[in-house]
Parts: sequence; C-alpha cells; structure tokens
Amino acid sequence: METFEQVKEVIVEKLGVDADKVTPEARFVEDLGADSLETVELIMGLEDKFGISISDEDAEGIRTVQAAVDYIGSKQ
Amino acid sequence: MKRVVITGLGPLTPIGMGAEAFAEAQRAGRSGIGPITRFDASPISCRIAGEVKDDYLQFLDAREARRVDRYVQYALAAAALAVRDSGMTEEELRGERTGTLVGSGIGGMETFEAQAKVFFERGAGRISPMFIPMMIANMASGHVAMRYGATGPSSTVVTACATGSGALGEAMRYIQLGEADVMLAGGSEAAVTPMAIGGFANMKAVSTRNDEPHRASRPFSASRDGFVLGEGAGIVVLEELEHARARGARIYAELLGYGVSADAHHVTMPAPEGRGAQVAMRMALRSAGVNPEEVGYVNAHGTSTPANDLAETQAIKSVFGAHARELMVSSTKSMTGHLLGAAGAIEAIATAQALADGVIPPTINLDDPDPELDLDYVPHEAREARVKVAMSNSFAFGGQNAVLVMRTFEG
Repeated sequence: METFEQVKEVIVEKLGVDADKVTPEARFVEDLGADSLETVELIMGLEDKFGISISDEDAEGIRTVQAAVDYIGSKQ
Repeated sequence: MKRVVITGLGPLTPIGMGAEAFAEAQRAGRSGIGPITRFDASPISCRIAGEVKDDYLQFLDAREARRVDRYVQYALAAAALAVRDSGMTEEELRGERTGTLVGSGIGGMETFEAQAKVFFERGAGRISPMFIPMMIANMASGHVAMRYGATGPSSTVVTACATGSGALGEAMRYIQLGEADVMLAGGSEAAVTPMAIGGFANMKAVSTRNDEPHRASRPFSASRDGFVLGEGAGIVVLEELEHARARGARIYAELLGYGVSADAHHVTMPAPEGRGAQVAMRMALRSAGVNPEEVGYVNAHGTSTPANDLAETQAIKSVFGAHARELMVSSTKSMTGHLLGAAGAIEAIATAQALADGVIPPTINLDDPDPELDLDYVPHEAREARVKVAMSNSFAFGGQNAVLVMRTFEG
C-alpha cells in the first residue's frame, strides 16, 4: 500500500473523519478539526504505523497530510 | 429560597432507556440483570451485571463518542433524554443560568484499564494524550456543559454510591440560592470492567448467584448475598418553579429536601443501626420542612447486601418510629442492579415517577423475607398508591450518605 493510503488510515482512525476528506492538501487542524490532543495522538499513531520516532520539533512542522507523507518518505 | 421542581427525566438503565420505558419496566417488575457480555468474566467469582442494552449511541455523533469514556457517553445520552423530556430547546439552555452537576462513583475505569495495559506493555511514552481527559470523574459535567453551552454553576460529586443523590441535592441548592434557573444533574457509571468486577468480587460485596442472574439482586430477602453491579446514567432537569411555570413545563415533583452526612465509622460497613444514615434522613426531612408522618414512600438504598439492608431497615424504624409500619419501602435495585454513582439519580427518577404516576415500584425477588426485616417492602408487584411525600436514600462506601425528599407538585 502506498504511504498516502496508510497515512489516511491512521488519520481516519485517530481523528474520526470521513476518508474522502483526507486529501493531500488537507490541514489537520483547520480542515480536519483536530485539536491539540488529537494532533499528539495522530503523531503517535503515525509512529506506530511506520515504526519511526517523530521528535516534538519535527511534529511541529507536520501540519498537512502531504507533509506527513513526505516526512515518512524521508525517514524510510 | 427559590422552589425547585423536576421537569425532565433522563434514565439510561439496564431495564430501559427514557422515562416511559423505565417506568414501564418498573411496573412490570422486570430484572435487567444477566450474564456479563462485555468481557470474559469466567475467571471471576461474579459473572453477572446489569448492562445497558439500548442504543444510547444514537444521541452522540461518532466523533464525540470516540473521544470520551463510556461513562461520559452514558451521561451525554441521559442528558439528551432529560432535555428532550423537559421540552426545553438547546437555545433555552445556553448561557449562565443553566448549570451542570453530573457525578460518577468511579469515572473512566475502562479507559484506565486500557491505558494501564499500554503503559505496562509499551511504556509511558505510548500513553494516549486522551487518557487523562477521558478518565477523570468530572468529565461528565464538563461534556454536558459543552454540549449545551451551559456556563452556569458546574461541579462534580464523587461520593461512590451516594453520588447521584448528592448531585441532585447540591444542584437543588444552586437553584434555591438563585444562582441558576436550570440544573442538569445526576450521575453516570460504566464499571462493568474486569478490574472493577474483580475488585468488588474480592471484597465479597457482590452476588455470586451466577446461575440465576434475574434473581441475584434480592434486597431484604433472607438469601441476599451481595449487590449486583449495574451501569448507565440518570440525569434530571431541575428547574426553578417560576421558570418552569413560565414555559408551561410538565412538573413531575418538587424537590424539597436534601440531607448529607458521614458515618465516620468504616470504609464499607454501615454504622450500627444505620446511625449515619439516620442523620442524613432527619436532615433531609428537616430541610424539606415535612414531618416524618407525611412521608408515604421510601425508595430504599436497598443494595441486597446483608449489612446494608439490615442497617437501613433499622434506620428507617428509628427515624419514622411507629409510622415506619405505614410506609411503603422498595428497592428498585432489585430490578436495575446497583448503578453506583448513577444509582441515586435513577432512583430519584423512579421516586418522582412514583409520585407523578401513583404507582409504587416493587422490590422483586423478595421470595424469602428476612425475619429481621419486617417493613412493607412492596414485594414482587408494583402497587397503585397516591403518595404525597417520598424519600430516596443513598448510602456509600466511605460512609457518606445522601438523602432526598420530594413531594407531589400541587402548585
């Protein structure tokens, strides 16, 4: 499965949003309605899914679906 | 002081959801107790409970539901039921004249157990950021306030099995003092979890009549062997009388009195002769301004434990004297099981319904009366009777007692 689809799965599960809202350009807070706690949960979910560790500093920069996909790509 | 009336009922119980279904089940004397289905209870001596069977999630959106513990889900559903029953609109509830006082005996036990597992298996770094906000016991009040935009007085009572009664009593005070026109008050509990059932079982506090779940909660019977855990929530709309009148509200009953006390005796055993309970019952009558002889019905704490049912009976005899023989005393826990922090709230609802409908709910399973317990416990079948004043008792682990007194509304 490509990274985008896997990221989408995590987002749908952690944020409880409809899959069709999870587009590459969607922003977690503004478009998908995540609050600060859900953002943390989302990052933790991505760490689990891809077996990576995301520092708090890096997590600050991951604000869109595409940013998450790119970040994970850079780590793999 | 302002007068306080009950204008909306929101029961979510093992015997039914919503005022009508709950009243109907009480009239029928139905048991809501069955084998535990939520998890494998086979390693535990107690394998029965009163689980919620109705589709309560219809009152929550999917996103809201996954962000809260089950006990808050129950509270939000019960609040929605109570608000709908009251006929108030969400617009009318918004603002600082509406308050929230929803308690829980335990809080988010299911969340706690799940996250404890994560912690022990994977370490502190994997604990969900939602763990604390899902678990803590004030979140039912918090979420109900958020749902309705109610910015008035808000607090949380956590007095174990007396929580629901305490919440209604404390909420009544805010309205009496003029600090709120409407209070959404009650209790919620979702403790049918492996650790809670296991803990209660090891206290020898719960019934192990696993082969006869429907007959396991048998208050005042000689063969009672402990309480049966139930789950759910009860929330009521309490309203200042003139506010209720102005909108032509249906009034179930007037909430008149509240007594609250401590046994100062033992963590789980009631004080001899129910002495702490007596203090709360007398205080409730005094604050209601009614004489013991005016009371016609007592919704008992009636847990079905050997110690409670004896101490409560002794306390009733002490407080009411000769009039105790004239009283109808019943335990709706015989049907619902013991909802801990929600118990007092659903029993206040049952008491208000008894006053409004003229039907006294029964104590079911009283097949073998304990010779020491000789009051009129309304055995087996509901009874038609017009009663003007009723009392609802709740006594908690920790020795904390809360008692409510209400009266048929007569204008």
